[in-house]
Amino acid sequence: MNTANRTLVIEPNKRNLLYLQDFWNYRELFFTLAWRDIVVRYKQTLVGLLWTVIRPLAGMVVFTLIFGKIAKLPSDAGVPYVLMVFAGMLPWQFISVTITTGSDALVGNQALISKVYFPRMIIPTARIIMSLVELLINAVLFAGMFAWYGYLPSWHIVFLPLFLLASVVLALGATYFISALNVKYRDFQYVVPFVMQFGMYVSPIGFSSSVVPEKWRLLYSLNPVVGIVDGFRWCLFDSNLMIESVISAAVISALVFWLGVWAFWKLENEFADFI
Amino acid sequence: MSDTVVKVEHLGKKYIIGHRSSEFARFNEYLTGLGKTVLRRLKNPFRPYDVSLELEDFWALRDVSFELQHGDRLGIIGLNGSGKSTLLKMLSRITAPTEGRITVNGRIASLLEVGTGFHPELTGRENIFLNGSILGMTRQEIKAKFDEIVDFSGVEKFLDTPVKRYSSGMYVRLAFAVAAHLNPEILVVDEVLAVGDADFQKKCIGKMHDISSDSGRTILFVSHNLRAVQLLCNKGLLLNHGHMEYFGDVSEAAARYIESRESFTRIPLKDRTDRKGSGKLRFVSCAVKNAQGRDAGNLPLGEKLVLEIGLECQEAMDGEIRIEAKIFSSADLLAGVLNLANLGYISHLKKGYNTVRFIVPRNPFYPDRYAISLYAEKDEDMLDYVQNAAMLKTIDGSFQNPAVISQPYSSMVALDYTVAVNEN
Repeated sequence: MNTANRTLVIEPNKRNLLYLQDFWNYRELFFTLAWRDIVVRYKQTLVGLLWTVIRPLAGMVVFTLIFGKIAKLPSDAGVPYVLMVFAGMLPWQFISVTITTGSDALVGNQALISKVYFPRMIIPTARIIMSLVELLINAVLFAGMFAWYGYLPSWHIVFLPLFLLASVVLALGATYFISALNVKYRDFQYVVPFVMQFGMYVSPIGFSSSVVPEKWRLLYSLNPVVGIVDGFRWCLFDSNLMIESVISAAVISALVFWLGVWAFWKLENEFADFI
Repeated sequence: MSDTVVKVEHLGKKYIIGHRSSEFARFNEYLTGLGKTVLRRLKNPFRPYDVSLELEDFWALRDVSFELQHGDRLGIIGLNGSGKSTLLKMLSRITAPTEGRITVNGRIASLLEVGTGFHPELTGRENIFLNGSILGMTRQEIKAKFDEIVDFSGVEKFLDTPVKRYSSGMYVRLAFAVAAHLNPEILVVDEVLAVGDADFQKKCIGKMHDISSDSGRTILFVSHNLRAVQLLCNKGLLLNHGHMEYFGDVSEAAARYIESRESFTRIPLKDRTDRKGSGKLRFVSCAVKNAQGRDAGNLPLGEKLVLEIGLECQEAMDGEIRIEAKIFSSADLLAGVLNLANLGYISHLKKGYNTVRFIVPRNPFYPDRYAISLYAEKDEDMLDYVQNAAMLKTIDGSFQNPAVISQPYSSMVALDYTVAVNEN
């Protein structure tokens, strides 16, 4: 918080034009909450942070067995199937963990919202730091797997931050939207796990986009996760990348972000009345 | 720049209540609402739409304006539901006003609860940092004051233990310690003092004194406790049903608060309209009488107290009827309850006029002005409920015989007891 003698005006339905500045003023709280979320997540568990890698690893094993071994689907650009699945798991895990834990972030911090002021967006945004840390841990594990298979990533890897950015924008937008609506309509907390489960099967996590028939490609590409996951694979393995899925990922992620911020701002003033 | 630190202009907050609100909160509420509407239609197809039932505006607060200068300490008082908390929430920016404007010059912090955001899984040390930054302190500030905070709380031994293993006393002490070291120019405080054991409460009040006598601090303080308000504040704001009844000198505000509570009792009970319940039974009179059966204006401690209640039933009633008289002190604290059901009566009330007499052999209430609320219920159906139905004014007398009366601490009731030392 700044110590400067500023004047604060509180008026009805005033969109705080200084919202970003306010967010900046509360940056310490942002990092404190992010730190709290990380510390608390695996408290009183036996293996603690290991859960971060166990979940994608388990998913990887299951998908590799089902799609790779039993269904015998082809892999991308001749990469080991396991690596291809993990490259999909990486962004998917990040997006789904952010959205599922973020969607009840506001409701879970009820006590804070009804007793103290701060820009409410701090709460769902702080959750993404936690998912980013998990992503980083998984990335290290992934690097180890590359070494194990003696595989070198393509030079495209320099574009990886762009696809990471798209996944951050998508996940944040969805989190803002769902967490804000969840304050008033708790129904969303039941919808989210279902959507995530469904999303996992319509996105190329366990399989390669190349197995999707040509006539369904366009519809399939409307899912922004397709562009992001294929983008990750393209960066790492130089696999095929459809330009339409990249455009769709960029446009839809931006749209979801805008929608999320808009809904959040619209509902924010009433959070304390409904929570 | 002027010396005005807080300026509130025509502030108002509206809530929408009722079966249906403009946006349906949850789908099934909508469905039941729809069902009820259809049922009502079927029962009475020609009745006009009852709009008020479906959509009701409720102004929790309206047209409140005041200004505070540098160093003012404002006590906000009023009965439950008068809008105190709503005002506080708007001042703290927790909820947005519906109309009006608040202008604040300076760094503002609010303390509506101690230990906001404490996480049970985190240690005491971690929670100091978490809670501190939630209240608006910077990391550096917390570090600088860390030792002071720990010292004040007296839990240094358990600093690295998760607070879920703390006793509730330790928890509250640590929480208050953090809050007490908040250092804003403007402080908004709710009744957070009513926590912890007696010793710690004394410490807290002392700390509040230090804070308030500190020059240049502006404080807004909400409390039921008139004594605390008069002690800490120089200005008072009296709210009544969401309206501002008075703003100015604190002792005047306190006097008007007491007056407003008693003004109700001047209206005959049967004419009162500020009541709730189905009305199958209605309280029509309520009187405090003494041993001689006369109206007791000032009832001495230790004398017989008779509370005579007249009620009217639309038809005869059998079964477990609950009739309750709650006695509230001037600080609006519940001092005692007289309850018919607790005596194990299965009551019968005849159609028309009935009387119920509660007899307290010796009046245990220390000198104060108590307000009596009446409540009647049958099979979880509220029949009638009137707040401030009558006043009970008590004066000194002898409760124990022989006894010198002195009110210990600020207790409200005298106890009937003897003492045995070294006896079995």
